[in-house]
Amino acid sequence: MIELENVAYNYGGGELLSDLSLKLSAGSFHFLTGPSGSGKTTFMKLCYGALLPTSGSVKVFDEDLRKLDRDQMAMLRRRVGVVHQDCRFLDHLPVADNIALPMTVSGRDPAQESENLNELLSWVGLSDRADALPPELSGGERQRAALARAVIMSPDVILADEPTGNVDWEMSQRLLQLLIELNKMGKTVMIASHDLALIRAAKSQVQARVLRISNRRLQLAGADL
Amino acid sequence: MSKGTIRNFLLGDPQADRVVPPSGFTAQLTLFVSGAMAFLAVFALALSLASGRLADRWAEELARSATLRINAPADQRAAQTAAALQILRQTPGVAHARALTEEEQAALLLPWFGADLPLEDLPVPQLIEVIQDDPSYDAAGLRLRLSGEVPGAVLDDHTRWRQPLVKAANSLRRLGLVSILLIAGATAAMITLAAHAALAANRQVIEVLRLVGARDRYIAQAFVRRFTLRALIGATVGMALGVLGIFLLPEASDEGGFLTGLGFQGAGWLWPVLIPILGASVSFLATWIAARRTLGELS
Ligand SMILES: Nc1ncnc2c1ncn2[C@@H]1O[C@H](COP(=O)(O)OP(=O)(O)OP(=O)(O)O)[C@@H](O)[C@H]1O
Ligand SMILES: [Mg+2]
Repeated sequence: MIELENVAYNYGGGELLSDLSLKLSAGSFHFLTGPSGSGKTTFMKLCYGALLPTSGSVKVFDEDLRKLDRDQMAMLRRRVGVVHQDCRFLDHLPVADNIALPMTVSGRDPAQESENLNELLSWVGLSDRADALPPELSGGERQRAALARAVIMSPDVILADEPTGNVDWEMSQRLLQLLIELNKMGKTVMIASHDLALIRAAKSQVQARVLRISNRRLQLAGADL
Repeated sequence: MSKGTIRNFLLGDPQADRVVPPSGFTAQLTLFVSGAMAFLAVFALALSLASGRLADRWAEELARSATLRINAPADQRAAQTAAALQILRQTPGVAHARALTEEEQAALLLPWFGADLPLEDLPVPQLIEVIQDDPSYDAAGLRLRLSGEVPGAVLDDHTRWRQPLVKAANSLRRLGLVSILLIAGATAAMITLAAHAALAANRQVIEVLRLVGARDRYIAQAFVRRFTLRALIGATVGMALGVLGIFLLPEASDEGGFLTGLGFQGAGWLWPVLIPILGASVSFLATWIAARRTLGELS
């Protein structure tokens, strides 16, 4: 699904990530952890083409991201659901429209798939907030909305960057359940998180690999997790 | 663009329109500019059409007639007039030749010398009106023959003073057309600026749209549709006001001459309809180019 080969990245200063190689196979479940500022978000961005590696190659669905033009990149983004750490909503549109946005921009009429949308809204517990504007949402509500938007196109891969960053333990458990459910439906999932308790809770329910970024490199975390 | 996309573009996708936040200020600017430009374009168009008509009329009317003047002592005037008429009748390309009567000549002089002019006491030349046929006579040949047989005859085919007039009217028509082009160009420039401002103000929106898989074409269209519709509405209102202004001008009359002939005539009233269409096309192109360029830079 996603394949990184000897990827290095820097924002212009010193190297942030070096020599990363990784293969996410279909249906796998990964956690990505590491201290704040270690490059988790950067790594995620490399995986969906928001950033291109300074060296090495990233392939998604067997396509080298560097060889895609903007239209092809757009088509690829429709197949990869992303929960951004900062959510990235259109603040002038109600929550329901924001969640339906990937459908709207790909030319599908959300009105015709409103059943799908309503189901998704209740799945993330936002049915009664559907008409609110994103700035009116709480942190946890924003993250649930972001997750709903990430999955509305039923993508094959879901990349979630700190999807439980702003929520209490109970809510984070609920969001985790949603992602585990999606994985059981065959989706490939990767979650960036530094919440070790969450990772432990997940490992008891699903076959998950834990990757850690440390000293600019990617390591498989040991059994201590 | 295929037929389907044009239909989509015109009917619009209300959902797609909303992905770009409404922008009150640039919207009002666009409306105002396209309205004002359309208003001006109506006058440029009217000027251009009227001077075109004038040029055609002068060219047409004056080209068909000429005057032969007989300057001869009173005792030879009748004989020379008869000889000239004889020659004219034999000349191929002359449809009709007729000596003006004394009353007609007096009427021509009336505006200049008043009613009680004793014409018979003055050495007024005899005038012969010559109407050309199609094809016309050979003026140089005719002059040559007249100079041999009718010494007092002077052929005036009006070209001398007709040409500068027709030329002036034609220049006026061209100026009108150039004005319309300039107005279109200025509109394009203004719309380009407004579109750039709108695109820059919506950088974040564009970024989010891209993250969820919007193609450049989709994003550009959201902006292009807006500006085109605004330009269409603004230009329609401006054009309507301009046409109303023209409509309220005084009727065309002989006394007013060119000035009162400025209105549109008959089917000419349909010409201004092209102005909003031109305005919308101009802003469509301007926004499209601005959007494609900005989107290219933002990648
Ligand atoms: N656009 C940017 N330009 C320059 N430096 C950046 C940029 N984005 C991130 N960085 C730097 O790169 C490093 C890694 O950032 P990143 O966001 O990937 O970390 P992270 O592991 O996701 O952190 P957190 O756990 O706090 O979310 C940080 O030191 C950050 O300051
Ligand atoms: Mg991060």
